[in-house]
Amino acid sequence: MIGLGAACLVAAGLGCAYAAVAALAGATRGDRRLIDSSRRAIYAVCALLTVCVVVLEAAFLRSDFSVELVADHSSTTTPTLYKATAMWSSQGGSLLLWAWVLSIAASAVLFATRRRHRELVPYATAVLAGIGLFFCGLMVLADGANPFARLDPAPAEGVGLNPLLRHPAMAIHPPMLYSGYVLFSIPFAFAIGALVTRRVDASWIRSTRRFALLAWTFLGVGILLGARWSYSELGWGGYWGWDAVENASLMPWLAGTAFLHSIMVQERRGMLKVWNVSLICATFVLALLGTFLVRSGILESIHAFGASTVGTPLLVLIAVVLLGSTALIMSRLDDLRSERRIESLASREAVFLVNNLLLVGLCAVIFWGTFFPLISEAVTGERSSLGGAWFDRYTAPLAIVLVLFTGIGPLLAWRQVSAGSLWRLVRWPLAATAVATLALVALADAESEPLALALFCFAFFALAALIGEFVRAAAARRALSGGSWFGALATAVARNRRRYGGYIVHAGVALLFIAVAASSSFQTSSDVRLRPGDSATVGDYQVTYERPTTSIDPAEERLTFGAVLDVDRDGEQFAVLQPERNYYASTAAMGSGPVRSFFEGEATSEVGRREGVGGDLWTAMRPDLEPLDGLIAGADRRLMRLARDSDPAETGAQQQLSYLQGLAIRSIAERYEADASPIDLRVNVNPFVIWIWLGGGIAIGGALFALWPVPAGRRRQVSDVYAARLARDLGRA
Amino acid sequence: MEVVVAVILIAVLAWFVSAPLRRRADDDRASAELEDPQIADLEARKEAKYRQIRDAEFDRAQGKLSEEDWRRADAELRREAIEILKELDRLRGQTG
Repeated sequence: MIGLGAACLVAAGLGCAYAAVAALAGATRGDRRLIDSSRRAIYAVCALLTVCVVVLEAAFLRSDFSVELVADHSSTTTPTLYKATAMWSSQGGSLLLWAWVLSIAASAVLFATRRRHRELVPYATAVLAGIGLFFCGLMVLADGANPFARLDPAPAEGVGLNPLLRHPAMAIHPPMLYSGYVLFSIPFAFAIGALVTRRVDASWIRSTRRFALLAWTFLGVGILLGARWSYSELGWGGYWGWDAVENASLMPWLAGTAFLHSIMVQERRGMLKVWNVSLICATFVLALLGTFLVRSGILESIHAFGASTVGTPLLVLIAVVLLGSTALIMSRLDDLRSERRIESLASREAVFLVNNLLLVGLCAVIFWGTFFPLISEAVTGERSSLGGAWFDRYTAPLAIVLVLFTGIGPLLAWRQVSAGSLWRLVRWPLAATAVATLALVALADAESEPLALALFCFAFFALAALIGEFVRAAAARRALSGGSWFGALATAVARNRRRYGGYIVHAGVALLFIAVAASSSFQTSSDVRLRPGDSATVGDYQVTYERPTTSIDPAEERLTFGAVLDVDRDGEQFAVLQPERNYYASTAAMGSGPVRSFFEGEATSEVGRREGVGGDLWTAMRPDLEPLDGLIAGADRRLMRLARDSDPAETGAQQQLSYLQGLAIRSIAERYEADASPIDLRVNVNPFVIWIWLGGGIAIGGALFALWPVPAGRRRQVSDVYAARLARDLGRA
Repeated sequence: MEVVVAVILIAVLAWFVSAPLRRRADDDRASAELEDPQIADLEARKEAKYRQIRDAEFDRAQGKLSEEDWRRADAELRREAIEILKELDRLRGQTG
């Protein structure tokens, strides 16, 4: 079946080429048949790439090691879930995922607009087909990127999945990120179509707004999952390290956030047209840049696939998109003139403009910090990096002001708000903020971290303002039609999904910022070395190392060393935590010995954690393996001598060696438990971390609520009411 | 077997993709299904204007807009909506 997949991949590339040519030819000649045919070609590409994905997934699930991708990223012992998701842990598989999601999204938007935008859609089709052609071409032509490359002879066993990726969050993190990146190509393609055809009013925005919001949502979920994985698996105790690839996903999310706000201004007031086309082009370029950073190996990152041959083509695509879209925007500046001007600073459109500046500013800071190693190398010949402290120093002030405007924006109306109305709207949030600030200073010593205190204040203001919005909505609804407070609130919110979905997103983001500020500014951390029976005090907690634990999982080829920690607080037992360190058999490290290879390959941490609404107690351990060195070396000498003396072709000999290796591992595990070697333990007390995940979840929920379509009947009902009212005015006009 | 499946699949898809090309060049049925871009744009703008009128009323009910601000905004929005409706009537009159 692999041949079928390979054939479908080539056919998909040819289909993309046809779609682009037919769309452009149909647009220039005014031939609807070619335009319809190009749209169908996109549907066909989607079908072909679906076959590719199904064939590749089947190969993974069957452990068909004649496929190079399967042999390099899976094994017979890999659990089924991770077999199914291993596809996107590889270069070729992730490129296939990119192309497939693009084909699905392109098919969906072209189907939805098949009777609309007759001038603009062919150009959007050509752009989407061109992007699809690029990715299909990469997979077919670039070395090491073909998902259907074969191995002959096929190995009997695969290398297995990177142990770091054996986590549920990692199973879904890449598809979420790629979906976010890819879905931004839809509004980008339509923006290009709008610029080419000079139809730069809000019509292209209306057709693609939902795709942009969906992209933002997926990207946000992907970023949250990555942070959660980092916090749970990497053993350093943090959720965000300003890693190059983390930054590469954050930048398009920030630019996309600015775009989603800014398009509202164009829809309502005909303003910020240059901003909007520029923002979506920048967002898409940043999405491609994220793809490039992961695949090129140009910047060091835990996420990177390592150096590859796809980096240069991706860079060329980025350059073409950037230069082409810039040239197009510059040539259409006259058409992009705003229809109106901002009338008042106390207006929602003014706040959204400030919002654009802050988000673009954040993007620029992160971009500079991320690419500084390359910039410094180009200028000075030496590669220097900017660490997390640099990013914190320059992003924090912008983020703090952004949180303030998260609360101010919803309070203001379009056009302008009078001074009296503005005072009425802000007085209660200001009062609530003042009370919260005094409480924080009095009870929590918050003034020791002034930036964190400022962020808390502004976030409280935002939350109080948002609560006020919901209360006012319910009151207004009750004044109109009576009923209970809850019923009025539900009706008001349901009838204004976009507005109140957005407010829910703002509330989630405010909570998330509070949690980030609290957990990073008020964290208590300690690195200690303990033997069984030893204790350490970290903050309000006393941590006692009770005893070591070991386990062996033959199916996963995993050896685990752990620790049982008894944690007391205020003299009473608080929790029993069991951090662990997992060691996996590694064929790459086999040269150092069949037993030592366990300890020199990939290792993962299972953190011992107690989560709570007030904060987490987080522990990670690393055992001292030095006392086991002699035992490991001895076992390796004996096993390697037996391997030299045996016939590699004899299956019985191989099974015997595997059995003896298992015995050696078991004896090392028993010695570890018996010897009570010391462990290096990191203990963190992280205030309010759980609110990062909850706040993020609330924001995502708000986005999904805003995305949910209003029933067509309800939309018609609203239109009919206003149509009737305006008909009277029309008769008088 | 793989080759046969691939050939059949690609042939079916090629037939599907080429179907519009087998229409006569002067076949207007497909074009007739397309909405007039100008009318479609005006319809979308009309709906957006209705939403803005409704939102302004809602903002007034919540106390965000003073009575004076609301009257000014409402008058401007209605004026804009009427212009759109007049343009729609004119275009629909033209297209019959």
